[in-house]
Amino acid sequence: MVPEIPAADDVTALWWEATKERRLLVQRCGHCGAAQHPPRALCTGCGRMDGLTWVEATGRGTVDTWTAVYRAPRPGVDVPYVIARVALEEGPILLTRLVGGDPESWQIGETVEVDWWPAADGRALPVFRRPSA
Amino acid sequence: MTSVAIVGAAECDLGITNKSILTLQAQAITRALADAGLNLSDVDGLATTGTGRFPATQLGDYLGLQPRWTESTFAGGSAYEIMVGRAVQAIEAGKASTVVVSFASNQRSARSRKLGGVVEEHTPEAQFEQPYDVLHPISYYAMAARQYLHRYGGTRAQLAEVAVAAREWALLNPAAFRHDAGPLTVDDVLTAPMVSSPLTVADCCLVTDGGGAVVLTSLDRARDLPKKPVRVLGYGERSTNMSMTLVRDLTTTGAREAAADAFAMAGITLADIDVLQVYDSFTITVALTLEAMGFCGPGEALDFIAGGRIRPGGALPLNTSGGGLSYCHPGQFGILLLVEAVRQLRGECGKRQVPDATIAVAHGTGGIFSTHATVVLGVEA
Repeated sequence: MVPEIPAADDVTALWWEATKERRLLVQRCGHCGAAQHPPRALCTGCGRMDGLTWVEATGRGTVDTWTAVYRAPRPGVDVPYVIARVALEEGPILLTRLVGGDPESWQIGETVEVDWWPAADGRALPVFRRPSA
Repeated sequence: MTSVAIVGAAECDLGITNKSILTLQAQAITRALADAGLNLSDVDGLATTGTGRFPATQLGDYLGLQPRWTESTFAGGSAYEIMVGRAVQAIEAGKASTVVVSFASNQRSARSRKLGGVVEEHTPEAQFEQPYDVLHPISYYAMAARQYLHRYGGTRAQLAEVAVAAREWALLNPAAFRHDAGPLTVDDVLTAPMVSSPLTVADCCLVTDGGGAVVLTSLDRARDLPKKPVRVLGYGERSTNMSMTLVRDLTTTGAREAAADAFAMAGITLADIDVLQVYDSFTITVALTLEAMGFCGPGEALDFIAGGRIRPGGALPLNTSGGGLSYCHPGQFGILLLVEAVRQLRGECGKRQVPDATIAVAHGTGGIFSTHATVVLGVEA
């Protein structure tokens, strides 16, 4: 189901390692306080390379926007499925999937929480679902 | 204002050609030079992409040219509007005298278009977006459309007017892929197969072969050539994002700043524009670009285009060729926006001609609202 994820690089290695423990990280800058994703070698808020640290996200966010996909881009992918932008409580927006429920039932602004899709290599992709009651 | 003019413009074969990219490039370039009354030996500047890793060098080799000046900015669909700006700068700086800007693709014949797009493995998008099987670029435009309709209360039916109007123009253009397809209705758009909701197949541009070329030289020299010179009055560009997550508000785009720069340089206002060519990769692309250019306020585009304003005979003739939605979409439509703008200003458009057009604007969009470039063109009344 989950495709092969490209190898991590020098900057993203720790982020992907954390997914093995089902922890969702975001970068935060110790100088200017900006949070960002995906991980970079510098802070896009202030341009410095020496202040970035990892913060564990709460895993809660809101649906910024979404689309249900009806044509698979490769063989073996079941349609429809839901691609979305989720705004984390920490600020950054993630490109992700929404899982569970009718694909056309999602609402912009809806609260969601992280869930994990295991990949064959032990890493996992963060996806989002409606909070358990 | 600039001291440079477009003196030649042409399409290559369009649709399903079963020809190679370089054959189509050669067609577009030789036809545009013939239109300009010039020869290949006059060309000392080449701007193109899509021919290989060294795009302009590859094309120069194929044409038997060793150009004095080349330009290969890869910016997707807006590259050719960007290249017009660069060519103007080169000609004004004396670094080239005759520049050809060209593009061609055989993506339909070659079946080279992929729903997932092309993602390079070294990019953050390969790690953080592609594994979700996002359709690229369709899903991004679909998410922009979803956000837009949600925020402002518009409907898919209102948005469909962009595709309906494009078809009305295509019915007047014998070169259009959908010329003989008959009118498109709002219902046709809404009931077409869904691709990435809320966008159906009919909200999405065509996938065809095609391309074109324009020839630029100094305005002084242009006055001695056969066709009416089409002066480059202004240009502007912005580059905004590659990822699907960087831009906070998907309903605003870099077209606002690109167009503002171009209009200021040209010394024009929106009221001066007689004919408008706006990249219509998707219906939503046109709605957001019209707002970004300032034709109406945020959330007003769907009311603005209602009532036939952008159809043949309307107050704002838009995508008079039939656009990427109904005329031709070779993957990077920006070159054909320029070709149609030039033809409208010369009065060569037959049944679809906008009467007395003296100012035309071509606006390209590349990637996922990634790149944005505007060119203002004019002829003497």
